[in-house]
Amino acid sequence: MFGYYLDLALRSLRRNKVLTTLMILALALGIGASITTLTVLTLLSGDPLPQKSSQLFYPQVDPYPKDRPFSRSGEKVPWLLSYVDAMNLIHAHKAERQAAVALSQVKLTPQVQGEKSFYADGVLTTADFFPMFDTPFQYGAGWTAADDESRAQVAVIAGFVNDKLFGGANSVGRMIRIEDHDFRIIGVLGRWAPQPRFYALHLGGRNYGKGEAVFLPLQGARAADVMPSMMMSYGPSSDMQHLETSQSIWLGLWVQLPGAADVSAYKLFLGNYAQQQVALGRFQQSRVALSDLMSWLRDQQVVPDDVRLQAGLAFGFLLICVVNTVGLLLAKCLRRSREIGVRRALGASRGAIFAQFLVEAGVIGLAGGVLGLLFVLLGLWGIRHQPAPYASLALLDVQMFVFTFVVALVASLIAGLLPAWRACVVAPAPQLKAA
Amino acid sequence: MDILPILSTLRRHKITALLVIIEIALTCAIVCNAVFLVSQRLDRIHMVSGVAEHELLQVELANIGAKADEKARTAEDLAALRQISGVTSVASVNQAPFSNSSSNSGIKLDPNQKQSTLSATTYFGENTAETLGVQLIAGRFFQADEYKELDDVVKAFGAGDTKGVPHTVMITRTLAERLWPGQQVLGKRLYMGSEIPLTVVGVVKDLVRPAIWDDATAQYSMLLPIRVNSGRYLIRTAPQERDRVLKAALEKLKQANPHRVVLQKRTWDEIRDKFFQNDRAMSGLLVGVCVALLVVTALGIVGLASFWVAQRRRMIGVRRALGATRGNILHYFQTENFLLATIGIAVGMVLAYGINLFLMVHYELPRLPAIYFPIGAVLLWSIGQAAVLGPAMRAAAVPPVVATRSV
Repeated sequence: MFGYYLDLALRSLRRNKVLTTLMILALALGIGASITTLTVLTLLSGDPLPQKSSQLFYPQVDPYPKDRPFSRSGEKVPWLLSYVDAMNLIHAHKAERQAAVALSQVKLTPQVQGEKSFYADGVLTTADFFPMFDTPFQYGAGWTAADDESRAQVAVIAGFVNDKLFGGANSVGRMIRIEDHDFRIIGVLGRWAPQPRFYALHLGGRNYGKGEAVFLPLQGARAADVMPSMMMSYGPSSDMQHLETSQSIWLGLWVQLPGAADVSAYKLFLGNYAQQQVALGRFQQSRVALSDLMSWLRDQQVVPDDVRLQAGLAFGFLLICVVNTVGLLLAKCLRRSREIGVRRALGASRGAIFAQFLVEAGVIGLAGGVLGLLFVLLGLWGIRHQPAPYASLALLDVQMFVFTFVVALVASLIAGLLPAWRACVVAPAPQLKAA
Repeated sequence: MDILPILSTLRRHKITALLVIIEIALTCAIVCNAVFLVSQRLDRIHMVSGVAEHELLQVELANIGAKADEKARTAEDLAALRQISGVTSVASVNQAPFSNSSSNSGIKLDPNQKQSTLSATTYFGENTAETLGVQLIAGRFFQADEYKELDDVVKAFGAGDTKGVPHTVMITRTLAERLWPGQQVLGKRLYMGSEIPLTVVGVVKDLVRPAIWDDATAQYSMLLPIRVNSGRYLIRTAPQERDRVLKAALEKLKQANPHRVVLQKRTWDEIRDKFFQNDRAMSGLLVGVCVALLVVTALGIVGLASFWVAQRRRMIGVRRALGATRGNILHYFQTENFLLATIGIAVGMVLAYGINLFLMVHYELPRLPAIYFPIGAVLLWSIGQAAVLGPAMRAAAVPPVVATRSV
């Protein structure tokens, strides 16, 4: 039966080529626009570390004076921590793992004669960063907490830097010159660039894009005068040269808390810590916050407004295209009243007519989906050539590929419902009489 | 024109009529808002900078070397750059407009104020105002003896020495109007933080900030008489000389110290292009969607009207046989489309307003100006009429003899 309907549908579509093309084209445009923007939206609002994200938490405390709050409304808890607070929280060892993070622009000087120095993105962090974020290592490993304490000048470099400087060979044990200090390479990362770059928020880097080139122990790098990209001062003693003791915030802290009990215990600890600091006179407020990774990304509105606006617009467009298809299919089916009358008189049931018209709509949907897929590929290609930092991520994955056809079919079947229903309620007798 | 017969016909084709209305309404709502968004972006792209747009070059170098000789090296660089023929002015600055990285400071009108009145960006550097080419509208530029070295200022500030810090400031007229509305501002005093009192000696027409979070505060800029040695240079030259001067400047700077990394070398036009590239991409996209929408809607109307005409061939034939002219038939379909479009537009306006309210809440967009409503209406009416013209002409061409055939 289905084959027969398919044949009828194709015949009917061929009979009116312009109209068919029009319907398919409109549907394809709508699908192309909406799937393109949806791909970008899901990429940007995705989970950067799917296996780990529910265990990762971002603690915040508020060292700002009451009369000069962090935000004008006084509601926001500062995004970053001062060095003293970050170290106090790390040394308390109340979480399974904990790492402080700052970003920096560092000058790399290749040890090869004639090669020019260049600037690269760097991460200043502590030992737990690597095991906590499950970073893959090509060679070697990260540093230890002991290296942190001894201000060791060691470095973990990204795979692409290793390829550039050492031709992809195992460079563990070699030296790399960073900001005119020699650092010993102890590890080379594999491909690692979680999107969004959750650990980089508010640290003066981009929220999307490729990962950093070098990872340095926080204390060791500071001993070599590496400066963080972002710092905000909250008090008069905010000397840039002595960041460790200054009243400024410049570090993000991540902690790993495996279970619900650990989370509530850490919350309690954080609250107690803030109260203790108030008692010591370091803080004026005991406000704290502890967000898990996904809610931290959501609260900080990491997905750009423009992207959400584009997605909204694209789905509005798809809606119009669907309405358009409804209208055209309806007009078409009304014109075929006589044909329907004949089929009904020859014994076709209402259900059969309904099915026949839905199959016709479905064929349009499938064709629209195929053409729409081309538009999606074209759209994503266009986005990859846009200036946005997330541009290079805009690629179609299997899920979206399948989803394109689901959307196309659902949209066309919805568009086909009304015309099919109108077709199946056509009374056969008057149509036959008119002929 | 007889509207009643049209209405009674439409009543018999409620669903088709309704679909046309819905399509026009949705298109109207989306296009009005999209065009409004584009106009917002275009306003941004054409934001006034206040500087000599096509005459500026920016060169940024890193690693000037040991701290001690930064000052001497900067002086050397500046002298070398000045020697290049065609260079009218050179400045070593802390930041450049539209370059995204900025230093800002809270301003108070009274040192005892708890919260600062507002935050403005601070431009440092000798000759910065002259090199940028900002237009002075009151007072004066800084004099040579007013300039102080940044390192000395920081030291003096740290030691609580008020003599070592600058005493004068130049502000933009927007900032002047915001701080002292309607008043004479020359000689007024403002405070950077609570500690540094500054007297306004000059007001410049416009000078945009390096980074803009809120368009309303884009012109909140101050210039301070502080020399900086940060390796960031602005060069001013004639527009047609820019490429040559930039090349020569890089050559000179390389001669002075070959070990420095050039972080930035570009013309002002490139700075501006880069700063607004997202806005440009977004407006391009929005325009594209608007055009696609209007085309789809127009084609939808063409399709529906064609079928309508085909379906009513008999009726048209009868009307023609009964004495209706071709013009009558043409007008019939045109009026019908006009009626549907009018209803669609009315619904669309309400929708457009609703979408705008939503955007105002979620994206901090201003209210949709009333002018968009008549323009949107005229646009959709014309598109409707253009789309229906073809099918209507085909209807008018139906010969009266059709009435007698039983096709």
